Amino acid sequence: MSSDAIGSAGKRGNSFAHVEAAGWGRGLSTLLRITRMTLRHPWQVTFAIGSTIIAAGLQLAIPQLLGRAVDETQIAFAGGTAGAAAEDTLWTLALVLLAVAILRGLFTMSQNYYSESVGHHIGYELRLACYEKIQRLSFSFHDQMHSGDLITIGMLDLEGVRMFFSTALVRVVLLSILIGVGAYLLISTDVVLGLVALSFVPFVAWRSSVTQLRLRATWLDLQERLSVLTRVMEENLGGIRVVRAFAAQAHEMLKFDKASKNALSLAHERVGIRVRNTSAMTFSFFIAMGLVLWVGGNKVMAGEISVGTLASFLTFMTILQMPVRQLGMMVNSFARASTCGSRLFGLLDLDVAIKDAPDARPLDINEGTLRFENVDFAYPSQESRPVLRGVSFEGRRGETIGIVGPPGSGKSTIAHLIPRFYDVTGGRITLDGQDIRKATLASLRKAVAVVQQDSFLFTTTIENNIAYGDPWAKERRIERAAESAQLHNYVLGLPAAYGTVVGERGVSLSGGQRQRLSIARALMLRPAVMVFDDSTAAIDAATEQRIRASMKKYAEDRLTIIVAHRLSSLMHADQILFLEHGEIVERGTHEELLARGGRYKALYDLQVRPGDEMLGEFGAAQ
Amino acid sequence: MSEELETERNDVREDGRRPPRAVVGSHRIEEEMFGKAFDGRVVRRIWAFVSPYKMQVAVSVAAVLVFTGTQLVIPLIIRYAIDNGMVVGSPDPSALGWAVAAFALVILINYGASFVQASVVGKVAENMLFDIRRAMFGHLQKVSLSFMDKTEVGRLMSRLQGDVNSMQEFLETSVLSVGDIVLLFGIVGVMLWLDFRLGLLTLSVLPVLFIVRIFWLPLARKAFMAAHVTNSVTNGALAEAIHGVRAVQSMDRQQVNFTLYDDKAHANLRTHLTASRYAQVMVPIVDSLTGLAMAVVIVVGGSMVVNATLDVGVMVAFLFYIQRFFDPIRSLTMQYSVMQRAMASGQRLIEVLDVEIDVKDKPDAIALSPQMDGSVEFRGVSFGYNPKHPVLKDVSFRVNPGETVALVGPTGSGKSSAMALIHRFYDVQQGEVRVGGYDVRDLTQESLGRQVAMVLQEPFLFTGSVFENIRYHKADATREEVIEAAKAVGAHDFIMSLSDGYETGIEERGGNLSLGQRQLLSFARALVADAKILVLDEATANIDSYTEMLIQKALVTLLQGRTGLVIAHRLATIRGADRIIVLQNGQLIETGNHDQLMAEGGLYSRLYNLNYASFDDIPDAELEAAVEGGSQT
Repeated sequence: MSSDAIGSAGKRGNSFAHVEAAGWGRGLSTLLRITRMTLRHPWQVTFAIGSTIIAAGLQLAIPQLLGRAVDETQIAFAGGTAGAAAEDTLWTLALVLLAVAILRGLFTMSQNYYSESVGHHIGYELRLACYEKIQRLSFSFHDQMHSGDLITIGMLDLEGVRMFFSTALVRVVLLSILIGVGAYLLISTDVVLGLVALSFVPFVAWRSSVTQLRLRATWLDLQERLSVLTRVMEENLGGIRVVRAFAAQAHEMLKFDKASKNALSLAHERVGIRVRNTSAMTFSFFIAMGLVLWVGGNKVMAGEISVGTLASFLTFMTILQMPVRQLGMMVNSFARASTCGSRLFGLLDLDVAIKDAPDARPLDINEGTLRFENVDFAYPSQESRPVLRGVSFEGRRGETIGIVGPPGSGKSTIAHLIPRFYDVTGGRITLDGQDIRKATLASLRKAVAVVQQDSFLFTTTIENNIAYGDPWAKERRIERAAESAQLHNYVLGLPAAYGTVVGERGVSLSGGQRQRLSIARALMLRPAVMVFDDSTAAIDAATEQRIRASMKKYAEDRLTIIVAHRLSSLMHADQILFLEHGEIVERGTHEELLARGGRYKALYDLQVRPGDEMLGEFGAAQ
Repeated sequence: MSEELETERNDVREDGRRPPRAVVGSHRIEEEMFGKAFDGRVVRRIWAFVSPYKMQVAVSVAAVLVFTGTQLVIPLIIRYAIDNGMVVGSPDPSALGWAVAAFALVILINYGASFVQASVVGKVAENMLFDIRRAMFGHLQKVSLSFMDKTEVGRLMSRLQGDVNSMQEFLETSVLSVGDIVLLFGIVGVMLWLDFRLGLLTLSVLPVLFIVRIFWLPLARKAFMAAHVTNSVTNGALAEAIHGVRAVQSMDRQQVNFTLYDDKAHANLRTHLTASRYAQVMVPIVDSLTGLAMAVVIVVGGSMVVNATLDVGVMVAFLFYIQRFFDPIRSLTMQYSVMQRAMASGQRLIEVLDVEIDVKDKPDAIALSPQMDGSVEFRGVSFGYNPKHPVLKDVSFRVNPGETVALVGPTGSGKSSAMALIHRFYDVQQGEVRVGGYDVRDLTQESLGRQVAMVLQEPFLFTGSVFENIRYHKADATREEVIEAAKAVGAHDFIMSLSDGYETGIEERGGNLSLGQRQLLSFARALVADAKILVLDEATANIDSYTEMLIQKALVTLLQGRTGLVIAHRLATIRGADRIIVLQNGQLIETGNHDQLMAEGGLYSRLYNLNYASFDDIPDAELEAAVEGGSQT
């Protein structure tokens, strides 16, 4: 980010005020809430609405002026005025018309610009609020929410809300003036002709609203069908080796065709809806125009109205045509803002389950002792299924605790409870005697580092990824962390070494390399408690050995907790906990547990000496 | 790791400085969005997709012309009605009647033409979109795997979606441009025909608009592009926050990220406001020019009417035309951008469609019969992805029907390539690969695929139910067959423990299953395929010991009665094989069963004696030493 960004940062004031403002008006109806957000920009709203009113007024003046001009020529032609006087009048009319046209242009510009500007500002504020909320919502929320749905809310729904002011509110003003004042002018000039000229309005308004709503409904359906098609293609291309391995190309083409036809038929249907509608609207407009010509023509012949009046009626109709057709879009904007807004505000109004208690204080760490005291836990989505039951243990600085057990025994859950990714449902967890729920989250997460099973790579350089938790870090420290994690040599072999971009749109790393990167990342943090959550599964045993050796000194200053299923990862621990169905069933050192001859011993036998009876079976089958 | 000076981690400094290493979102490298406005090569290739719809396109162009014609005629009818039916002096009472009748006829034609044009073009464009996409997708099913290996899926998807969509947009607008051009020239012509002098005077404002737009367009486009880029950057940062939320929270980066995101969102706000200014500045210009043209008609035309050198109806018709004649200019300049975008997209589409297909069926290829013996033979095979750097050098071996052979060797020894050749993912440069006694190049790929089942190291599952995935290869497999296969590989129990049993939906790429479970499903899938030959790449990643045991048992079942080639990593698997083939640097260096190889004392025995549970666990240093040992003897 350049100094430019920082300069503007000063001008944009307190961004958190925007976040707060987006939370206003809980319980109000969605549209009211959006309207209320727009009012945070009173001047822009005033300019937008004011310009709209003036522009619409000027717009209405144009047919009148044209009609006057035509009439002047007729009167002069018939000898009613002298040639020179007629020319003067024409000049005046022309200049007034030119001025009106220019002003109308300027005010329309101002109307459009300010109404878009209000929308962009609201969009900006909502983006910030959305981002902030998503960052703060706890793991249990993200576990249950599809990331795709969140992206839809943060991008598409936000768009629907942002557009509400310019495509719905401002349009209401514009249309009511054009139609209302226009109708008054027409009807006050000639009741019958006015009614005939306006006869197309209700029909077109109704048609376009109905059609827009139908198009919207089918649009959602079409997106659904297209996403099926996308999935078919994406999976095929991603799994192309499987497709080829099973010679399944024909099968895949069938899948593609099915999804494709399904979408195509709806796309055709939508073309039909749209075309029928536009043609009908144009037709009804022209019918009205034909009627005006017929009725008006007769009135001109009867001398009831002038040719100029007829011309101004016809011009007025052409002016009214577009806005009336867009009435449907306006109706659609209301519908869209209402549904999009309710989803968006639904997200923004969510309570964050895990946050600082009102009296939270920063952790004060001296001893660095972690205690689990009779901890129970169940995931919020499945409260009836306890994952941990009465788990108690204690670890001190310099110690290593190993946690092992069958899949689903609750090993990883323990790792997730320490930094409060979830809150315990019973008992408590303390660090140096302080309940972690009473500490500030920021201080807790600085004190506890978790190396995750599946580490997320950000699309940026390797060094930025390693320094993710300490973005002010110096280069030397980053390299040292990478060395300890046995990543340094690999990184030096990359095209731009530490400057190589990795992640979704960069170089892709193997599972093992990613895990090593995330170990390096955790090493940058200097936490009091370091938790490895099955984070070496994809790293071969020898490299893991080297990582452990290089971390020996590092481990002296903190408590290390290793969750793993590979016993060689945790055999050396000071204390090993064997977990089964959420309970600690065995605990002790490696030697003690082997001597005990229980579950740990059985697992050890299975891993270290592949059972001879299994080999026998394998041989027998041949 | 010594303790260094503790900085206030994470925070944005008081002077507003952002942490030097903190970024959110990535800077997307945008592809070229605009190409030449017209690229003959692209148009010719795309024409191939249009030509099946030649008739429809011709009809819609005709309809557009008729439609435009009716638009031109309407003001003329009004003019006729006024001049002949209403003017002061000698109104002809029947003229109005005729005019209204003509009007009715014209709007009926207009209705029909617009209906035909819009629906035909709309549907053809949709069809073409799907046709192009299908052609590309079908082509990608056949192109060489080396192309697929080096091309990101995301990139291909943007070809199949974004680029194809802009071709659709192109077809729709090019038909409309025909109408716009005709309308523009039509209006100019009619105005000049009605009154040459007044027409010329009025039309003099047109070039002004043209010139303004020419200067405006590049600037405006730059502003629009900037808005587009900041928008995708901001959205990218949001997507990253969503996907990486756990990492963000565990490293307590929320605060910094919020500030950085704010920078991006605010930049996005600014570019959008700028783009909006550019878009809106045209409004008063067009309005002023329209006003000017009308003023000219009022003053000049009005005087002419007064002096009886112009009919009042003509004046009214002029006023009507003026209100219309900026529309085609506006839409034509828009369509210019659409064309450029379409050319750039078309170029990229052609690149995909032109990727060569290396592996093709011979014209007289024969189908491999399921009754073949199931033997696999390599005869003097040399192969390299780049022929200059062969990964297999003169490799020969034979696997007899029903035999299980383990392929063993250090990383990069050519094991995976050998496996890919059996399936003819690539063609050899020398020698031949024979399956069931035939050179694989003489067989149809389809029949070869049916007889060679593959299990890949990273099991890939498709969205759909567990049931559908297991019978992926054999779409008509019954439920009994599927369950039987799942039971045979020991997957039945865990499948039944899933929420909906066999009907449980597999999430994207099998995200709701563990690696071991996915492995078991892919075994079941191979078992249902019931091919004579099974080629299997054993997973190297660690799987929890319980599942691992199941997998080992399943392997035994799977290999029963089949010829098996296993790239083996685990000693248990290797020892159980009938024969072991040791590869090193693309050459076959040892072959025999475990006992024989141990007795020989070559690379295999040295690796084995290092006593690791898996060859992949052997540290590089020790591995090198073992390999060195071999070259010394």
